[in-house]
Parts: sequence; structure tokens; C-alpha cells
Amino acid sequence: MSLVIDNLKKSYREPGGGRIPILNVSRFELKSAEQVVLIGTSGGGKTTLLNVIAGITAPDSGSVVIDNIEVTRLNEPSRDRFRAQKIGFVFQTFNLLPAFSALENVLLGMCFSGKGTHRDRAVDLLNRVGLGHRMNHRPTQLSVGEQQRVSVARALANRPSLLLADEPTASVDTANQETILQLIREVCLEHHVSLLLVTHSPEVASQFTRVEKLSDFNRPAAT
Amino acid sequence: MNLVTIAFKSIQQRLLSSSLTALSVALGVMLMVAVLIINSVVSGLFSQPSFGYHLIVGPKGSDLSLALSAIYRLDRPGEPLPYLFYKELKHHELVKKAVPIAIGDVTEQGSFPIVGTIPEFFDLDYAYEKPFQVRGQFLQKPFDAVIGSRVEAENGWDIGAEFRMIHGSADSGHTHDEKFKVVGVLKATGTPNDRTVFISLAGFWGVSGHEKPLSEALDRIEKFGYPVSDALKQKAATPHKHDDHGHDHDHEELLDEQKEVSAIFVLTTGTAQSIALAGQINEGVKAQAVNPVFPMRRLMTVIVGNIRLALLVLTSLIIVVSAVSIFVSIYNSMSDRRREIGIMRALGARRSTVFSIILAESALLCLGGGIIGLLLGHSLVFIASPIIEARTGILVNPLSFEPLELVIFPVLLLVGSLIGFLPGLAAYRTDVAAALSE
Repeated sequence: MSLVIDNLKKSYREPGGGRIPILNVSRFELKSAEQVVLIGTSGGGKTTLLNVIAGITAPDSGSVVIDNIEVTRLNEPSRDRFRAQKIGFVFQTFNLLPAFSALENVLLGMCFSGKGTHRDRAVDLLNRVGLGHRMNHRPTQLSVGEQQRVSVARALANRPSLLLADEPTASVDTANQETILQLIREVCLEHHVSLLLVTHSPEVASQFTRVEKLSDFNRPAAT
Repeated sequence: MNLVTIAFKSIQQRLLSSSLTALSVALGVMLMVAVLIINSVVSGLFSQPSFGYHLIVGPKGSDLSLALSAIYRLDRPGEPLPYLFYKELKHHELVKKAVPIAIGDVTEQGSFPIVGTIPEFFDLDYAYEKPFQVRGQFLQKPFDAVIGSRVEAENGWDIGAEFRMIHGSADSGHTHDEKFKVVGVLKATGTPNDRTVFISLAGFWGVSGHEKPLSEALDRIEKFGYPVSDALKQKAATPHKHDDHGHDHDHEELLDEQKEVSAIFVLTTGTAQSIALAGQINEGVKAQAVNPVFPMRRLMTVIVGNIRLALLVLTSLIIVVSAVSIFVSIYNSMSDRRREIGIMRALGARRSTVFSIILAESALLCLGGGIIGLLLGHSLVFIASPIIEARTGILVNPLSFEPLELVIFPVLLLVGSLIGFLPGLAAYRTDVAAALSE
């Protein structure tokens, strides 16, 4: 999987009528199975960038190409399908559905890909993240660390090419941070998944070979 | 996992409010099912297309009242007809068979209506090509009785059982001394005959107090235009009597002039002849002849039909109100569910998918409520049927199924889709990035 971003611009409308520029990325690349950490300050546009890459948010201009497919040119239903099949998401606040068990949350990740749900794979993934014994527990019955593990399992459910992790360790305690980070990196290596992880934590960033500062290639003020 | 499972999970998450809204639909459906079943039974009973006879002949007055009292034993009989009138009618050229009945008393136990009649009553089919079937025997002796299946079941009577009857209605307080003996039990017919006790007409007249005092009887038959001999007038002027039960009677064999019948079932020689005979009788002032199909059809159309319509409209409104409450419940929950919808969209769910999930949720609530309502409706009928039967004699089978019940479900599905539309639209329009950042 390769990710190429070119001349990407994104701004938000201000209540007063003007626009606030958030992203202005001239060029960014991520190679297949590469693991990159993107470091930046709060409000710096990290989450917006991930949303644009995932096709959740449409940019004002520019392109995002994943595996030679220009995501930004796809219509919305196609972007949704592409996202379901090719991109895994790990959120800062896990975003597990409270009514669903751990296993069901992983199955839910498969539900929208159009490839059907595969219970065996979901069970394997939960075993891999060390939650084989808690797969029938609901999120409220799991610790925050366990919830994030479920979120990692869910993100990998559809065998994605790219995993986007948005501050995955920000909501877990120090003891769990290392474990979660290690887990994400390991499973991405095992499944040959490219990883783009955003964080504001230098400790997290220090564990990666390639660390990019968002401010180095994102110059919204230049819009 | 599919969209329905996701919708079901969502319902589970808000179990209390979901249950209450589904329950409100269930209550509406319950009432509708109960109305449909009871209406179906009542319609089937009162809309009987044919009887084993062409006409009922009875006293002048309401034709509906005559049909209700003679066939359904639901109304009090009018002034009885002289037995002489029956004898005259029996020999009419257009009459193939005439069967008199005398009604007005009830059993001491269970207050089941008693019908005094002749054995030929059981030769007439109780419905088209449905003859009576009996365990034991039909009426032979004056104090024999044949009981309907419900009488057997409720009173626990079997062949050989003896009983007494109460004069008039159960609250009259006057129990006749004479005892009748059960000699036969009718197979269930699904008609008021099941809750009726048939006794011999001779036995009915043989009960003290059922004979008309001779002087009154003679006056009455004279008004009917029958000649009265001087000897009888003399006898009427000097009766041998004593006071026994608070009313006058004598112990001599009852004269035909003193005998009376409440109504006469008439089988004519043909359908056209029944019209002619009815015309002849109705032209006179003595009695009326009624084809029971017509007053009952009028009853169904004018009264029962309108009541049914009113009840169906009322229950439909209840379902509409329930549907609105489901709409409010789902719509109000949408703001709490924006994040859930955002998560699903981030996982790749299309706008149309989340729209469908909300639609499935409201449809599931409506259908679930409908199924519960269906079961509750039949349970309600199960509970109400003995009460209805005790009060009206109408048998209502709780397991009977009214085809209109099947229409309820597609209608509920449609209603569910309609009420899910606006909340579904809200889900459709959800801004994913904004929802995830909440």
C-alpha cells in the first residue's frame, strides 16, 4: 500500500463568514508497510488530515492517492466502500458501540465492507490482542486499555492496507500506553499494514524510525 | 451481523423506552385483534345465510326481537300465540313442516334458556345441511330433556341428570317443582343451541303455572277468530281451582285452547312458497312471519357493522398514537446517537446504510409490538370468551383467526417505515467528522 498526498488544502467556515485554513500539504508519502508517526500540537490539523485521507472529510483541493486510487475523486458511496475495505481506524476515545460486545464490535467493523462478517477471524483477532477471554463483554465491562485493544482488533477486521491511528494512547494510562503501541506496531507488521499514527506525545514518537512533524509540511497560513 | 441485528441491538440499548413504545403498539393491536375476532364470530353467527327452516312465525311486533328470542334466545319472547294457531298453520297447504317452541324459563343451575318443543325440532337442520347429532336420544317422554354441549360442560350434567327450572328469568325467584331428566346431549353446533336445554312441549305445559287460565285463554283465541263452544265458556265460568303456588291452576289435562307457543319454525314446500306464506300471515293481524336472514342482516349492517367500524377506527387511532410515540422516542434519541452513527460511518457505513438501520429499528418496534399485540389480543379473547358466552350465549373461540389480522402486519411495516423516515433522514445527514469529535 502506498499513500501519496499532493497539494491538499482544507479550510473550515467561520461563524462570521470567513474561512479558517487547516491543511495545506504540498506533498506527503507513505510507503507500503511503512510505519510513520505524525507529531503535532493540538488543533494543528492532525485529525482533519486523517479524516481527509480516510475520505470522511472532503478536501477543498488536492489529491489523496492510496494504492493508485485517487480517493478524493471518488464519490461518497465509493469512498465509504473504499474506507471500509482498505482503511482501519483506531480512535483516541476507542469509539466502541456500547450495546455491542467486544466480538460484536469487531464483527461490526466487517459489516460494512461488503465482504460479509467472519466470526472466526474476529475471534482470532481478539485472541491476538489478548482478549479471547473477554470477547462477550461489553465496552463498559472492559478497562480502557482493553477497549483500545478491541478497537485495534476492529480496525484490522477487514484486512486493511492502511491503519490510521489518532492519538491511540492518549486515553489510556501510562502502563497501557506501551502495550497498546507495541500491539499496534506488531499487528501492522504481521499483516503488512501501513501505519500512520498521529500523536502529540514525544515519548510515543520516539519509538518510531520515521517521525514527521506536521508543521514541517503543513502550512495552512500559506493558503 | 446485518442491519437488522444492528437495529435490534440499538433497541436493546434503550430497552425501557423501546419496550414502552412497542407496548403501546401492542395494546392497539391487541384491541384491534380482539375486535376483529369477536366481530367475526358475531358476524358469522348473526349472518347465518340459511337455517333449517324458511320462516319464524311469532307474535306481531319487532321481527328482530322475534329472531333474537326464537333463534338466539337473547331477547324476551313476545305475547305467545295460541296453540290452535299452530295447529291451523301446520295444515296449511304451503307448509311442509311446522315446529312450535315455547321459551321463557331458565335452568335453576347455570340459568341456561329452556326451549319446549316437539321431537320434530331435531329433524330440522340447525344450519344449512347440518343436522343435529345427539349422544343418547332425542325427546320422547314429557319430562325428557336434551341438553346442549355447553350446558353439559358447564353444569357437569350427563344422561340421567335431573334438574328443575326457574319461571321466567333467573331473578324471578320462582323455581318449578317438576324435575326433568337428561336423556340426550347434543354434539356441539357452535350456535346458541349449545347453551340451550330442550324439553318436550308437553312437559313445558305440564309445569304448574305454564297453563293459561281458561277464561283468559278463551278471550285470547276468540280474538284470534277461533270459535269457542258454550260448554267451554260455561267451564271457564266455574273453574275448579285452589291456590297452591301463588297462582291459579287446575289438575285436569290441559285443553288445546289453554296451550300457547312462543314461536313456530316453518319449513315451507319451497322458497317461493315461503314468500307467499309470509305475505299471507303478515297481512293478517294475528301473527308475523319472518325470514330470519333479513332482520339479522339488518342488525349486522345497521348496528353491529357500525359498531365494528367505530371500534376499528378507535383501535386504528390507538395504533396511530402509538406510532407517533415511537416516532418521538426514536427522533429524540437521534441527538444521543449521532456519535454511534458517526462511528458506523467511519467504519465504512454508507448514508443509506445508517438510514436503513433507523428504518429497520422503527419497523422492528412496530412489528414486535404487533406480534405481542396479536398474542395479547387472542389472550384477551381467551379471557373474555367465557364472560361473553355467559352473558350472550355467543361462543368465541380464542384460537379462531380472522384473515384481516394478516393485514395488520404489512400496515405496521408501512407505519414503521413512515415514522422511521425523519429520524432516518437525520442519520443520513449526520456530519461524520463533527459527530466523531463530540
